[in-house]
Amino acid sequence: MEEPRIGVYVCECGINISAMVDVQAVAELARRLPGVVVARVYKYMCAKPGQQMIQEDIRTLGLNRVVVASCSPRMHEPTFQQAVAEVGLNPYYLQMANIREHASWSTEDRQRATAKAGRLVRGAVFRAAYQAPLEPRRAPITKTALVVGGGVAGIQAALSIAEAGYPVYLVEREPSIGGRMAQLDKTFPTLDCSLCILGPKMVDAGRHPKIRLLTYSELEEVSGCVGNFRVRVRKRARSVDEQKCNGCGLCQEKCPTKVLDTAYEAGLGQRKAIYRPFAQAIPNIPVIDRQHCQFFTKGRCRVCEKVCPTGAIDFAQQDQILELEVGAIVIATGYALWDPAGLAQYSYGLSPNILTGLQFERLVSASGPTGGQILTFEGRPPERIAILHCVGSRDVNAKPYCSRICCMYALKHAHQVREKTGAQVYQFYMDMRAFGKGYEEFYQRVQEEGVVFVRGRGAEVDVLPDGKLRVRAEDANLGRLVCVDVDMVILASAMEPQPDTDRLAALCRIGRSPDGWLAEAHPKLRPSETATAGIFLAGCCQGPRDIPDTVSHADAAAMHVVRLFNQGEITISPTVAQVQVEKCVGCGECILVCAYSAIQRNQHGKAEVNPALCQGCGTCAAACPSQAIQSLHFTDQQLVAQIDGLLEEVFGTL
Amino acid sequence: MGEPFEPRIVAFLCNWCSYTGADNAGIARMKSPPEVLPIRVMCSGRVSPEMILRCFRAGADGVLVLGCHIGDCHYISGNHRTAKRIPLVQRLLSYVGINPERLRLDWVSSAEAPKFVQITNEFVQTIRSLGPIRQELGLPRMGGGR
Repeated sequence: MEEPRIGVYVCECGINISAMVDVQAVAELARRLPGVVVARVYKYMCAKPGQQMIQEDIRTLGLNRVVVASCSPRMHEPTFQQAVAEVGLNPYYLQMANIREHASWSTEDRQRATAKAGRLVRGAVFRAAYQAPLEPRRAPITKTALVVGGGVAGIQAALSIAEAGYPVYLVEREPSIGGRMAQLDKTFPTLDCSLCILGPKMVDAGRHPKIRLLTYSELEEVSGCVGNFRVRVRKRARSVDEQKCNGCGLCQEKCPTKVLDTAYEAGLGQRKAIYRPFAQAIPNIPVIDRQHCQFFTKGRCRVCEKVCPTGAIDFAQQDQILELEVGAIVIATGYALWDPAGLAQYSYGLSPNILTGLQFERLVSASGPTGGQILTFEGRPPERIAILHCVGSRDVNAKPYCSRICCMYALKHAHQVREKTGAQVYQFYMDMRAFGKGYEEFYQRVQEEGVVFVRGRGAEVDVLPDGKLRVRAEDANLGRLVCVDVDMVILASAMEPQPDTDRLAALCRIGRSPDGWLAEAHPKLRPSETATAGIFLAGCCQGPRDIPDTVSHADAAAMHVVRLFNQGEITISPTVAQVQVEKCVGCGECILVCAYSAIQRNQHGKAEVNPALCQGCGTCAAACPSQAIQSLHFTDQQLVAQIDGLLEEVFGTL
Repeated sequence: MGEPFEPRIVAFLCNWCSYTGADNAGIARMKSPPEVLPIRVMCSGRVSPEMILRCFRAGADGVLVLGCHIGDCHYISGNHRTAKRIPLVQRLLSYVGINPERLRLDWVSSAEAPKFVQITNEFVQTIRSLGPIRQELGLPRMGGGR
């Protein structure tokens, strides 16, 4: 080992460190440590002049080790590694002492904080002497993406990645892609027919040569890392042979079993036991709902099989498990609608004329259960309708956040009621959040259409004995209680994370925000990345947003995937395990403990590490009885030196 | 005699959960005992019996090993090995005359800054009540004021 020439750089971090740690005393202590050539204090070591100071010392004083005593290595280790590398020092000669998070910020007593900082620096200096140069490795990546969720976010992300030339697996849980947007009648504020603008995108995704649709399928397992994930997808049995089915729909027409459709029709309509969720479904292949199909429940019927002209019905079909290799993953799993029954004052569920916004979308849709006529459950056109904003949103008893889309779709619903019926519309709102392009103008338009706006949260909905609905609220503008009897109530219910977000977050090892949405890497600057490299977020799984924002977010996620794939390879940390062959006795203990199957016996019976599989955890190094495996950058020597430096008191024989 | 006992404790913290939890405690300005001296390892599974013994040999009064919760290990199952290994080291410690309570294993996620503070405080209390390790081993007190 060459003679260590160590430079120690103690950062004041403005006053974040110097207010509680005597930085001069720490530098003075460092100067007396073996191998230390220079120790300096600077106000902002991470800033350009601080980095230049270190670089200058490396050049002029011939430093071959650098210790930076500042913030957590999780913060600035890459910064300083790059700084030393720029002047030709191997970045693995750098060591950091975390005297901010672990000393100045966590200690109340200046003397003790300084003493601890001194020990941390001594540990780092002792360790640095044993550090060795390492070269990062490069590995090829699998240039295929996985998109989880086939709503508008997933479709957009998949199309953008595919258009850039890379293959995509698009996994969707439901029998068809389309998601929430396919359920909507019109989109605000332009009043485009929702499926008319989404439909072509669905078709594009369905027939794109680079996109493989996996509908009626779910993600089951994710392993590996950025560039080379291995995922397992369960493709549930459709009971219909996808190759043979020509999508004629005869099976669905003749199926005798009707089922309440709680998915696409939001509980307002029915479907058959063999069904496509909606006419424009992609793929245009039905599935048999085995829980309701008479053949599966009672063992007889087989009508669909008899009528199918292509012999596509396959009652014996099994779930398929697909093992896919992908380089990047986009999560686009969307949102669920919060159930307003969670707050009893809205009486949701007590009258069929109290609807959620999504149910009203189905009611007003031309493809919906009434063919687009706005009718009460009793089949009469309503005379008065109340629309309640912020049901569950902005409510500490349900969801504290704003769901962002409800003001606008509530205005859209008001417009649709006024357009299609003569009914009076009462809007109960707290604040009108018409924040997007053309949104405020739409609000003006709806006001001019004669909708009555009541500023005040709809406090209570009562079902009267005659079936009418009574809405009470406090009109904040008038400063008094108001009470309106109506025939129909639309609840603009909050958006919430999908119920199985927990499982998904655990599968992908990504975090969640306190409100339950999937966590982005940075709330301002990295909104479509996650803390796990190679996994990106698109759309409402990250938080409430409307369609244009969802599409932009999805394109951003796709851009990250394409950027990664264009790089062609990824840099892999060289901090892997290494076998010292002469010490290895071939006991195989390391092979047993390795979670990545990265170690094998070679033809001489000795352990051999595959560095492409090794993740550098060091578990093998701790298990090896003859200390023949070393975890590079965390070697026994380095850790022992750090321990001795921290404690600086060695007794007994070594 | 009469000098206050300042325990020295080495804490092996895994990079992904416990070290981050300790960082987050500092970022939130939660106070944790300065007697605890962290060493960052990538995984608690890296902490070998030799490392723990070395800490005691170098004068540590206690050793803390903190990792990701079982099921949350960044390296799938590294912490399973830790969970099996630490009780064995504790038995070894009692065999050589060191109270096994001087070695503690626990799980702290990156979101559990308060738990990091609680565990470190508890452990310092435990070590204070056990007294200096030199006393336990019948070794002379350290001279000088280092």
